[in-house]
Amino acid sequence: MSYIGESRSIAPALTGSEANPSDYIALLKPRVMSLVIFTALTGILLAPQGVNPVIGFASLLAIAVGAGASGALNMWYEADIDAIMSRTRKRPIPSGRVTAEEALGFGLTLAFLSVITLGVVANWLAAALLAFTIFFYVVIYTMWLKRSTPQNIVIGGAAGAFPPIVAYAAVTGDISLSSIVLFAIIFLWTPPHFWALALVKSEDYRRAGVPMMPNVKGASHTRLEILLYSLVLAPAGVLPWILGFASIAYGLLAIVLGGAFIVFAVRVYRVRAGGEADRCAKSLFGFSILYLFLLFAEIVIERSFSLGLALLARLGG
Amino acid sequence: MASETEPNGIELTPQQLKSRRQRNVAIGLAVGFFILLIYVVTIAKLGPGVMNRPL
Repeated sequence: MSYIGESRSIAPALTGSEANPSDYIALLKPRVMSLVIFTALTGILLAPQGVNPVIGFASLLAIAVGAGASGALNMWYEADIDAIMSRTRKRPIPSGRVTAEEALGFGLTLAFLSVITLGVVANWLAAALLAFTIFFYVVIYTMWLKRSTPQNIVIGGAAGAFPPIVAYAAVTGDISLSSIVLFAIIFLWTPPHFWALALVKSEDYRRAGVPMMPNVKGASHTRLEILLYSLVLAPAGVLPWILGFASIAYGLLAIVLGGAFIVFAVRVYRVRAGGEADRCAKSLFGFSILYLFLLFAEIVIERSFSLGLALLARLGG
Repeated sequence: MASETEPNGIELTPQQLKSRRQRNVAIGLAVGFFILLIYVVTIAKLGPGVMNRPL
C-alpha cells in the first residue's frame, strides 16, 4: 500500500501547481504595500532623534511584509467575492493559479515572521502594533465589517492608517501626537477615496453582496458623506504644519490640495447623472491618491533634508 | 513507501516543473536575503563595540 496512492484517492485537488513567484507577489497586493511603505517611511522620518538606517530599513521591510501578509489573508477569505467582481476576478485564487489553502499558509507564515522580525529588530511595542494592525485588517475588517455594514471602510480604514504609528514606534519605542495626526489624515481620507470608487463600481459590489454605502444608503447619501468627509479632511491635512512638525511650505501645499479636494467632492455632489457623474467620481478617486501622495512626499522631503543637514553638521563638527 | 509497480505520486507537467523550480529559486533567495538581513541588523545593533573585545 502506498501512502502516495492513498493521499491521491482522498485529495483529488493534489495535482501540482503552475503558480509562479509573481502570483505569490500578487497575493501581497503590491500597490497597497507601496502605499504602506510610503506612509511608514514618513512615520520613521518623524522620529526626532533620527534613526539608524539599517534598523529603519529592516523595520520598514517588516511593516511592508506585514501589510502584504494582511493582503494575502484578505484574498484567502474574500476569494468568493473576488470571483464575482470584475476588478478582482483575475486575482491568483479566483483565477485558479493559487489555492485558498496555499494563500492562507503563505499569509499566516509572513504575518508571523513580520511581527517576530519587527520585535527583534526594533521593539515589542511596534511588533504588538503590527500584530494588531494585521488582526484588525483581517478579522475586524475582512471577516466582520466588510460584509455586514456600509461603515465597513470607515472603521476598516484604521488598518490602512496604522503604518505611520507602527513605524514611529519602531524607531522611538513610543507613540506621539505627530504619528497620530498622520493616522488621522489617512483615516479621514479613506472614506471619500473608496466611496468615489464605489459610486462607479456599485453594480459590482451589489452583485457580490458587499454592503457598500451607495448600495445601502443610495448614491445621493454617499455623495453627501463624501463631501462631509472632505470638509473634515482638508483642515486635518494642515495639522502637521499647525502642530509644528512640518514647514509652512507643507502648510500651503495642504491648504491648496485640501481646497482642490473639496472642489472635486462638490463636483461629485452636484453632478449626479450620466457619464459625467461617473467621470467626476473617477476624477475624485484619482485626485485623492495624488493628494495623499503629495502631502506625505512633502513631509518625507522636508524630514530627509533636515536629517541630511544634521548629519552634515555632525560630520563637520 | 511506494513500490515500483504503483504510480510514483503525481506526474508534473513541464509547465508545473518549471513553475516549481521558479518557486524554489524565489524561496531560496528570500531565505538568503532574510539571513543576510538578520546578520546586518545584528552588526548594526552591536555597533563598533563588536570589534573591541579581548581575543
